[in-house]
Amino acid sequence: MSATNYPKLTLLVMVLLAVLPPLFYFTGQPFYLDLATRLTILAIAAVSLNLILGYSGLVSFGHAAYIGLGAYAVGIPGYHAIYGGLESWGLASTSGWLHFPLAMLIGAIFALITGIVCLRTKGVYFIMITMAFAQMVYYAIVSIKTYGGDDGLTIDVRSEFPGVSLDDPLQLFGVSYVVLVAVMLLVRMMVNSRFGMVLRGAKGNNERMVMMGYNTYRYQLTAYVIAGALAALSGALLGNFTTFISPEMMDWTRSGELMFMVILGGVATTVGPVLGAVAFILIEEVLSTFTIYWQLPFGLLLMGVVLYSQGGLANILGQWRARRALRDASQGGAAQEHKL
Amino acid sequence: MDYALFVMQVLNGLQLGLLLFLVASGLTLVFGILDFVNLAHASLYMVGALVCASLTLVLGNFVWALLLAIPVTALVGWTVERLVARRLYGRDHLDQVLATFGLILVLTTLAHLIWGPQGISVPLPSWLKGQLAFSDTLIFPIYRLVIIGAGLLAALGLYVLVTHTRLGMLIRAGASNRQMVSALGVNIERLFAIVFSLGAVLAGLAGMLVAPITEASIGMGNGIIITAFVVIIVGGIGSMKGAFIAAMLIGLIDTLGRAFLDGVFKLFMSSDAAENSAPAVSAMLIYIIMALVLAFRPKGLFPPKVR
Amino acid sequence: MTQPVLEARSLVKSFGGIRATDNLSLTVLPGELHAVIGPNGAGKTTLITQLCGSLLPDAGEVLFKGVDITQRPAYERAQMGIARSFQITSLIMDMTVLENVALAAQAHMGSSFRFFRSVRHDEPVLSHARACLARVGLAAEADRVTRTLPHGGHRRMEIAIALAAKSELMLLDEPMAGLGTDESQDIIALLRALKGEQTIVLIEHDMDAVFALADRISVLVYGHIIACGTPDEIRQNAEVRAAYLGEESEGV
Repeated sequence: MSATNYPKLTLLVMVLLAVLPPLFYFTGQPFYLDLATRLTILAIAAVSLNLILGYSGLVSFGHAAYIGLGAYAVGIPGYHAIYGGLESWGLASTSGWLHFPLAMLIGAIFALITGIVCLRTKGVYFIMITMAFAQMVYYAIVSIKTYGGDDGLTIDVRSEFPGVSLDDPLQLFGVSYVVLVAVMLLVRMMVNSRFGMVLRGAKGNNERMVMMGYNTYRYQLTAYVIAGALAALSGALLGNFTTFISPEMMDWTRSGELMFMVILGGVATTVGPVLGAVAFILIEEVLSTFTIYWQLPFGLLLMGVVLYSQGGLANILGQWRARRALRDASQGGAAQEHKL
Repeated sequence: MDYALFVMQVLNGLQLGLLLFLVASGLTLVFGILDFVNLAHASLYMVGALVCASLTLVLGNFVWALLLAIPVTALVGWTVERLVARRLYGRDHLDQVLATFGLILVLTTLAHLIWGPQGISVPLPSWLKGQLAFSDTLIFPIYRLVIIGAGLLAALGLYVLVTHTRLGMLIRAGASNRQMVSALGVNIERLFAIVFSLGAVLAGLAGMLVAPITEASIGMGNGIIITAFVVIIVGGIGSMKGAFIAAMLIGLIDTLGRAFLDGVFKLFMSSDAAENSAPAVSAMLIYIIMALVLAFRPKGLFPPKVR
Repeated sequence: MTQPVLEARSLVKSFGGIRATDNLSLTVLPGELHAVIGPNGAGKTTLITQLCGSLLPDAGEVLFKGVDITQRPAYERAQMGIARSFQITSLIMDMTVLENVALAAQAHMGSSFRFFRSVRHDEPVLSHARACLARVGLAAEADRVTRTLPHGGHRRMEIAIALAAKSELMLLDEPMAGLGTDESQDIIALLRALKGEQTIVLIEHDMDAVFALADRISVLVYGHIIACGTPDEIRQNAEVRAAYLGEESEGV
């Protein structure tokens, strides 16, 4: 009765992800380690989006806002640690023990406030409203000149934790990887719990769930807050990874890219978001080496995926299995087709 | 408060409102009739502006360029409808959102290929360049008044189209019951293509009008699309009347907010605090308004009757 | 006179110019199987939706065990002990049969804000769900994906879900909709077994079923109850015969 799960594939992907990047680093190709770090961080955000989009059916088109909020939760205290100010609030600090929990707290609060409004709407209204709220954050940050406005914050901030130096690319990758695994496990656990089953039921048939006695709004809001906090966590890592924290991180087009990662990789699967992040980043990298106009074939590819596929990469496996099961027309396995 | 400044900002607000209406009306029309969410709507805004800019440079005359750019934009809209939108009718809104997201990338890159990364400034003819002085302090550029006029004319034209022509009747019928219209023998495919092109023209026209002020560039659509979404959410997705009222409301609130919010804040907080917080709050103002409207009317102010 | 489990008082609901529910009053006594019959378009589904809370009436009251629930949202009513089955099957198609029923059970067996333990280990919920499946004859299909079941299976699931809710009142909206004679007989047998354990409001077209099962019957015509009584009383009521039974004596 667990969520669609491809244990062998998941293991394979995660092992490769753990092993290959350090290998590249030690053989004198640090570029691939950086690529892998960025990929891992985005995968964390994608996993959090999968919780609300893939498993709960909440199509949030503003998830990148949380990444941005998380990054600024690192950047702003870091800025004040260098330039002063906000000491009385305790917010001038380079300590990771401040940055990361602060990021998650801000993400959770923003998700709570906007979720209360958004979750009263459905369908295309929900999509547009989440987009609008994300853009709101973007414009708000841009208008604060102290933190660089449009240009962003160019300070080399690293969250300091005892015994770990996030300055070291290998350690940063290691921390990101560990966080990714932790978040994947957390989401997987939640999704198979009572809470997760209610969400998945509401995605499948909300009216039915209400008739069973569930106030689905409350469950969805909870999931929305959790996803926001987790995405902000990935943002905090991103803030450490880049030297340049910019409002562009939360642009609505970033949200679209996140959604593609989730959908491309396979909604409502454990490994899907990671696969999606891998695919997305790799395609981006490969195409951009050929031409500066790489967004053209990329856009065509995205359109092709939407028009001609269903369920994404991980679910291609599931669909194949399901088709076999239907053909046998007997007790099929628990393989489930997850359509949006 | 400076009376003249206030009036000028109101006029600016009206101008923004009308431009927003042009963009939002196309969006809401396409959504209301075709049940199609088009994220790439802003790309049509951009295309209109770029085509008009190029034609102005070629023909040497802005007005002729604009008149010529309109059918060109309609053609682009028609092409997009045939190649892309048509395959997505009836599909989940999410699929439409994602596909048109990809479409934005395609159109933006094509524009980059054709027009290059730099913006193109669009020169105005001398008779549109001047200013109108209503008083010593109340001075308003003629062109902005022209935009207001053109916007009102377009709004009026749309109103007449929708309420007094056969096409408009089909549009209204299609909005409330698509299947019935098709069952009545109307060529739905052609109707949809016309509506989509109309939406493209409206967006493109907005782009053309704004280009002399801001330059025609490939990034120009990014800002306006979200604001257009806010407009149609507040107005009610699918409602022209809602789009108009919401557009004017949001245009005015946004403009006046940015201009005067720090002044208002200074009335009850320190000058420093006001200057630090006002820009951020005024940037968020229209979204806060949107959230408030949705708190009481989750379907917007004037949602059209369900089909 | 024992307190009724469910009471509808002067319910009114209009859609545009049409009064779907016109001053409707109904009383359901504990432990009875109370059937509601009426011609098509009489407003039976509108009645059920107002009783379970998906629709709020324009006027009138709904009382459950003496408590006014007229303005309460649907999920609260379900929590209070009202279970509903749908005329048009409403199940979670991509989940298994067991998962559907387990969710129904879970709603009444403790909080669902539990994030860490897998539902696979939730023995009390699972065994209760399996028991309900066994009662409706679906024990063997527990791990099948709902979508793959035939229509008859879905109708049984609707009943299993209502059972799993450990409810005091079951509102069954045409449980035999779309079923053939054999399958209908099975459902009738099932409902007969349930009689007395629960209070059941049964909306049905199948007259054989209604007269075989009901303790009392209410006849709904144009949004109003024109008669209420035992099957014999209803059979002999002239108004009812004129309005309804004369046209639909074969049932569906």
